[in-house]
Amino acid sequence: MQKPSIRMFSKSNKVFPYIFLAVLAIFTVLLGTSIGTVYVPFSTIIHIITANIIPSVPADAIDSMYENIVWNIRLPRVLLSGLVGASLAISGAAFQGLLRNPLADPYTLGVSSGASVGAVITIFFGLTLPLLGPFTLPVFSILASFITIFIVLYFAQRIDRAMRVETIILTGVIFSSFLGALISLMIALTGDELRQIIGWLLGSVSMRGWDHIKIIIPFFLVGSILLTLHAKELNAMSFGEEQAKHLGVNVERKKMSILIAGSILTGAAVAVSGTIGFVGLVIPHFVRILWGPNHVHLLPLSAIAGGSFLILADLVSRMIIAPSELPIGVITALIGAPVFAVILIQRRKKLGGEKGS
Amino acid sequence: MIEVKNVSGGYHNAEILKDISFQVEKGELFGVIGPNGSGKTTLLKTVSRILDVKQGEITIKERPISDYTAKEFAQLVAVLPQNTAQTFSYTVKETVSLGRYAHQRGLFQTMSEKDEAMIQGVMKQTGVEGYQDVPIDSLSGGERQRVFLAQALAQDPEVLLLDEPTNHLDIAYQKELLDVLKIWTKEKDLTVISIFHDLNLAGLYCDRLLLLQDGKKEICDQANEVLKRERIQTVYGAEIEAHPHPKVAKTQMMLVPRFFGRQRNNIITKDLLKITEEKITLQTEAPLRTMSSGVTGAGVGWHNTFVNRHVDRNYHCTDHKNEMKNYLIDHGFHPNDTVGMMTAVRLSDVAHQFREGEGFSALIVVTAATGNAVDASMGQERTIPYKPGTINIWVLINGQLSEEAFIQSMMTATEAKTAAVKELGILDIETNTQATGTSTDSILIGASQQGKMLTYGGTATPLGQLVGKGVYQCMKKALENYFNWRNN
Repeated sequence: MQKPSIRMFSKSNKVFPYIFLAVLAIFTVLLGTSIGTVYVPFSTIIHIITANIIPSVPADAIDSMYENIVWNIRLPRVLLSGLVGASLAISGAAFQGLLRNPLADPYTLGVSSGASVGAVITIFFGLTLPLLGPFTLPVFSILASFITIFIVLYFAQRIDRAMRVETIILTGVIFSSFLGALISLMIALTGDELRQIIGWLLGSVSMRGWDHIKIIIPFFLVGSILLTLHAKELNAMSFGEEQAKHLGVNVERKKMSILIAGSILTGAAVAVSGTIGFVGLVIPHFVRILWGPNHVHLLPLSAIAGGSFLILADLVSRMIIAPSELPIGVITALIGAPVFAVILIQRRKKLGGEKGS
Repeated sequence: MIEVKNVSGGYHNAEILKDISFQVEKGELFGVIGPNGSGKTTLLKTVSRILDVKQGEITIKERPISDYTAKEFAQLVAVLPQNTAQTFSYTVKETVSLGRYAHQRGLFQTMSEKDEAMIQGVMKQTGVEGYQDVPIDSLSGGERQRVFLAQALAQDPEVLLLDEPTNHLDIAYQKELLDVLKIWTKEKDLTVISIFHDLNLAGLYCDRLLLLQDGKKEICDQANEVLKRERIQTVYGAEIEAHPHPKVAKTQMMLVPRFFGRQRNNIITKDLLKITEEKITLQTEAPLRTMSSGVTGAGVGWHNTFVNRHVDRNYHCTDHKNEMKNYLIDHGFHPNDTVGMMTAVRLSDVAHQFREGEGFSALIVVTAATGNAVDASMGQERTIPYKPGTINIWVLINGQLSEEAFIQSMMTATEAKTAAVKELGILDIETNTQATGTSTDSILIGASQQGKMLTYGGTATPLGQLVGKGVYQCMKKALENYFNWRNN
């Protein structure tokens, strides 16, 4: 249970969390860009960014090596992790509200695995649809994640009409395993594309350039705006679908929109960076503890916090065994899995005598 | 307001409701009752559009419910379900604010001043405005129930549907909630349909009741018409007694537990009677159902101790009830279990009889004197303060008496008493006419409520004959004893 005192203190000022997280986000972007084999001072980074965005700012004084490191290598990587983190966190928050399940996130629900299968199929068969071009991979990922979430929810409902938290998670785990096996099968059958698939699967934001940012940005914008517009419905649905219906929510339609938006965000994130687990679980959980469960604020705050979190996680994954890199998913799982366990224990305690629902 | 016409429906794999029809008028408090699994919740979910109507039609304000959009319907109908999921700890105010969802327009659905005023208003009405910033999961069950009631009311509905709203509430909250609902139906013309588990609450508060059995309508009528002993007994399959509420013109249902212990038809025996100069007492192993006048334990009740106490003829006490109570306590009796009477008569003059009828028996005990004999027919004004009773009659019966048998036994005993008084030629001193009794008589009819069922106690029935004859003979004997003593 959340301590009322923590909430009280921060409730009085609803602007504070936004300012706090915005400052944190800017700081992490600068930090992520600054640290590496070559250290780049903050001031230089700011200069390079402004010079690249605003043509009137003179770029003469900038070292071309710095320029190359910051603008072509580190900044796109940092921004991409930010966007991926934001996508995963906001979709996690939405899935949790929709399913009334604090343990739901794209990873535990099996949606990430679904998106991976979509992506692997695209690579395996070397698919490129004429109209979609570079968007073929994300579009297939999104479609696959959308299909997966529906199959998972359908099965969970068949097992247990009340759709208990544990049932959904268990169904997600089973599907993840199954989809993981599919991926392994495809890898085993692959010849030349093997390295590409493995590299992608590890879940990384390294060696991604501006191209990847261009791929994820439209999906990120559509998905997160769509979710933010459904904040009130998510509030209503976290009291149960029947109660939401009583309150006047068109549950079927709104639920579909939210699932589509969540799948778009997850699919796009997986398409550019592979499966990165637990971001969608950990971030909304902490945002809720600090600033309450109201989705009007929870969704945007989770997005900003999730972005910052993944930038830091990426930084750690680069630093910890430098000069080689850890997959970023290792860092998020190291943090996320224990948090998952803690939430599970808290829920069990809270339910104690009550009926498990 | 609401019309349900030949509705069948339920869950997709099980049809639960079968051909149900009823109407609810505007401003009515309408109750739905029935045993577990009879379809109460299914009916409520069908009316609230959670479940589909498979056959038939439900209209609200002459419009089929399926014609309303989700928001239109929520502006018209609010629901207070039995349980609501609480995964995240929203504050009370956030929870109540969701009630305004159906009234909000536009892309961002911001709250207007009207919404804010409405939210504050309903929080005040339900008494939760004090903790609007508190997370709901830190509230007690009763408080949480009120938060969700506030949420439903924030919808500003014309119809409120409740599924066992008094569940989890203690009796004070139950009364408070139902009182408030009743007031709203009267003052705001709110139409309320509520499921009740508790038949007595349903009977007390509802204008009309719908009784369901196996998904079918058993009856839909005025509460007192629906709550008939035989009907409830058949539908619920439990032994029940109906009893009028002491303050309100409504029927209350009483459960009859199965186990009574050993059935006995000789709880009352002659040997139990103990007579001393000071008091006549009788204590039974099991309590008797009693109807009596007297100082303590008067009215209708259950008692196992009966005391007729001798007091001085000049006994005078402003609070004789309390004095009697203390007397009983001092002598080791429980005032709550005791029917206590007083008399100035010499207790050795008592007359008693144990009479046996067919399958039942009665012990009759009479103490009598005629110092203040009165002719009831003269209606003479008298200014006597409380004086210890002069003719005290106990009729204790081994048998089961109906309510009417109690009253008839009382009539029979009184008539027998009057006959004896007249026969002995006792006069009312003030009017100089034949007396019918004395001005301070008391009577007790007690029955073991075990053994033979005695439905009637009129003078022509076996019970009436036994009581009449017994009281008459005891009266004569007691008065003879009294005269003998007075004349010596």
